[in-house]
Amino acid sequence: MPDSPPDTPAISVAGLTKRFGAVVAVRSAAFELPNGELLGVLGPSGCGKTTMLRLLAGFERPDAGRVQIAGRTVVGDGVWLPPERRRVGIVPQDFALFPHLTVGQNVAFGLDRRTASFAASAAARWLRRAALPARAREMLELVGLADFAERYPHELSGGEAQRVALARALAPAPATVLLDEPFSNLDQNLRASLRLQLRGILRAAETAAVFVTHDREEALSLADRIAVMRNGAIEQIAAPLELYHRPANRFVATFVGNANLLHGERTADGADTPIGPLPISGPGLEAPPGAPLDILLRPEWISLHPGHSNIPSRNGQILTTEYYGHDQLVRVALTSGLKLESRLHSAHPWRPNQPISIQTQHPPLAFPPTQ
Amino acid sequence: MSLSSLPLSRPPRTFSLGALRRVSVVWLLALIVGAAACIPLVYLVVRAASADADAWSGVFGDDTLRLLLNTIALAASVTAASALIALPCAWLTERTDLPGARWWRAITVVPLAVPSYVAGLAVIAALGPNGSLQQLLAPLGVNALPELYGFGGAFLVLTLFTYPYILLVLRAGLRDLDPALEEASRSLGKSSWQTFLRVTLPQLRVPLAAGALLVALYVISDFGAVSMMRFDTFTRAIYVRFGTTFDRSSLAVLSLALVALVALVLAVEASQRRRGERYHRLGAGAARSPRIAQLRRRRWTALAFLSALTAVALVIPLGVLLHWLARGLSQGESFSGLGPAALRSIEASALAGAVAVAAALPIAIVVVRRPGWLAGLIDRASYAGYALPGVVVAFAMIFFSLRVAPGLYQTLIVLIFTYAVLFLPQAIGSLRAALVRVPPSLEEASRSLGRNPRQTLLAVTLPLILPGLISGFALVFLTTMKELPATLLLAPTGFDTLATRVWADQNDVYLARAAAAGLLLVVCAAAPMPLLFGRMRLLRA
Repeated sequence: MPDSPPDTPAISVAGLTKRFGAVVAVRSAAFELPNGELLGVLGPSGCGKTTMLRLLAGFERPDAGRVQIAGRTVVGDGVWLPPERRRVGIVPQDFALFPHLTVGQNVAFGLDRRTASFAASAAARWLRRAALPARAREMLELVGLADFAERYPHELSGGEAQRVALARALAPAPATVLLDEPFSNLDQNLRASLRLQLRGILRAAETAAVFVTHDREEALSLADRIAVMRNGAIEQIAAPLELYHRPANRFVATFVGNANLLHGERTADGADTPIGPLPISGPGLEAPPGAPLDILLRPEWISLHPGHSNIPSRNGQILTTEYYGHDQLVRVALTSGLKLESRLHSAHPWRPNQPISIQTQHPPLAFPPTQ
Repeated sequence: MSLSSLPLSRPPRTFSLGALRRVSVVWLLALIVGAAACIPLVYLVVRAASADADAWSGVFGDDTLRLLLNTIALAASVTAASALIALPCAWLTERTDLPGARWWRAITVVPLAVPSYVAGLAVIAALGPNGSLQQLLAPLGVNALPELYGFGGAFLVLTLFTYPYILLVLRAGLRDLDPALEEASRSLGKSSWQTFLRVTLPQLRVPLAAGALLVALYVISDFGAVSMMRFDTFTRAIYVRFGTTFDRSSLAVLSLALVALVALVLAVEASQRRRGERYHRLGAGAARSPRIAQLRRRRWTALAFLSALTAVALVIPLGVLLHWLARGLSQGESFSGLGPAALRSIEASALAGAVAVAAALPIAIVVVRRPGWLAGLIDRASYAGYALPGVVVAFAMIFFSLRVAPGLYQTLIVLIFTYAVLFLPQAIGSLRAALVRVPPSLEEASRSLGRNPRQTLLAVTLPLILPGLISGFALVFLTTMKELPATLLLAPTGFDTLATRVWADQNDVYLARAAAAGLLLVVCAAAPMPLLFGRMRLLRA
């Protein structure tokens, strides 16, 4: 970043709180976003993630807390900078491309901030002869749309519109870019490839970015780190792998991935569960022996084997199968009546009513039941 | 990537002053405009409150009772007759295989463009003493026609030129009907006629009532037609009394009586609208095209009805005016001054349109972008002038300007201000409709790209709502062009417009000159119509 030492975080948030009437949309949020990092804010709808984004951008005023962008306080400590002075680029959910401007003019919009140029640019617009600033060209090339400068937004596909919106946000070299549900308006089949593109563009621009999403797959695959929000509070911030395997609590554990829930009891070396004694991981390790535990087993941690084994509590039969191509989801009912889901990569053709036995491939997550 | 070439660091600015100013400007302007729109009403109330007992007893006298009965009788009969014309008209043009339905749809609403006093002039020229009909019949020994002036004339003129209000609302209602209901009725064994009576018509009750109330309001507020037909209603009485007395308090009291009548009608309309909300179609099914009834042999009856209507409401009046114009030309009548009058009409109307649009912008922004109780209050206040009859607003503005700024009395400034107060909601409506189509995310994107609110307004919002600005301007222009009472009462001396020319020439029985001015007026008022309906290229997306 040009005007701050390299170790200054792109965003630094402390005690950020926003209320709408009686509802606390954001509750003393605090985090730091290092330069060049991509942070995903993940949470169910209504958890305050979009409000968080709008607080960073300056479209909402916080009731308390402080936000620093590239080392400069933009709100808090008696300071308030309006959005246009924050050096924050945004990519709104609907991309918000100016329909009266060409793609090139959209990207150049943030480069020239003088009012006097309005008349000139309006005239140039009618003449369609405006020379595009080099920086705008550069950005269009970065997003791979160099030939689209003369088009109008309504002539773009959803994916192209998103890249134009990103180029426009990046053009003034903001300290950070905020993306609101970046893929929700795009075709399901395109999302995977667009995620890759988006990540590449942000890396090339060396710009830190925050995106909010309710789609865990999107967050896990795209973000360097993920902040999971619930009811306005950040429950955990961690890298995707850590979040998935070492969630801080049961909410995070179930929100970032599917899980089978069992009720168990802490023993000296693990937990007693309906499917026998198991080693455990997670906060449940701190529970005293004899304490009740919620045991979470992710479907892919359960493997199936044809025929019954000599451990009766692990025997059962297939209920249903859902085949997805890359894997399959198999529901089984154990002889105890317990029902579990197993995600299997094998091409084995499981059939309903087929007798099976289960094995765990990974120590389950254990949490004290209050969480 | 080299980002360091861009000078981006700016000195941080503290919140207090800049932000305060940013928030306030649009609110301040909206509050000022809202308050200005309330001036006539507030003036009337204050004035009437200070009226002495004599003025009040005058209001409750026999004279006022007669005015009240006259006004109500005229409003009720015109409304009923308009509904009877509009209902078959709407059904025939929307829901049947009527030959040339598109053409009839357009032609049946054209009378709306004719101001009531031009319509009155046409009827007088046709049926009045020495009118076209009498000249036609003179060779047959007919020397006198039945009396035209009074209730009959006013009823005829207003009915023929206000039925399109009901027609337009009914048509929209017919288009919004769920065809599934009629299909269900048919599948339950009802004939198409039974279906119309028992399913379609009950659903049209709400639009019918809404259109009827529009007409009733129009009749109560109308000045031109009743004055030309010399039928005593409130508006005419106020105008006449203004010419003969300068007792402001009694005028204010009389005006308030009229305002009360308008308020009553508005209250009925509001309650009907609330009621209508219950009738909306459930579910989000896309509007399917409704059944088209086969007229078969009945289509000749239908065509005869529509042809007769068009002849009486459009062809004959315009024909008569043209006839008088031709006669005047052939007799060497002088039409001097028409050109300058037309220019003054255009000048005043264009100024009124520009002022109204500029005044409407802050209100539209506040209402759309910052809704809340204050925005709602300002929005309602902006209707204060629109709801009042023009003659009442004009009268209030005269005395208000005499009281507050005597130097401005009888200047163009007061006239334009009055127009703006009268027609502000038309401009607000157009701007609002345009503004809600601009997603706030566009303005936010502009802010995040470094433009402040004012720059965002100029670079993003205004270009995008340009069609709304233009249609708002055109709407106010058109309405101002046709406005008569405020122009008569407030125009600077010598500032005669086409409207006042029609009025004055008709009063002096220069029918040929009045016809020329009236025709020119209709042409000028129709000129900006394409702006209203033309599709702008800008909002293609």
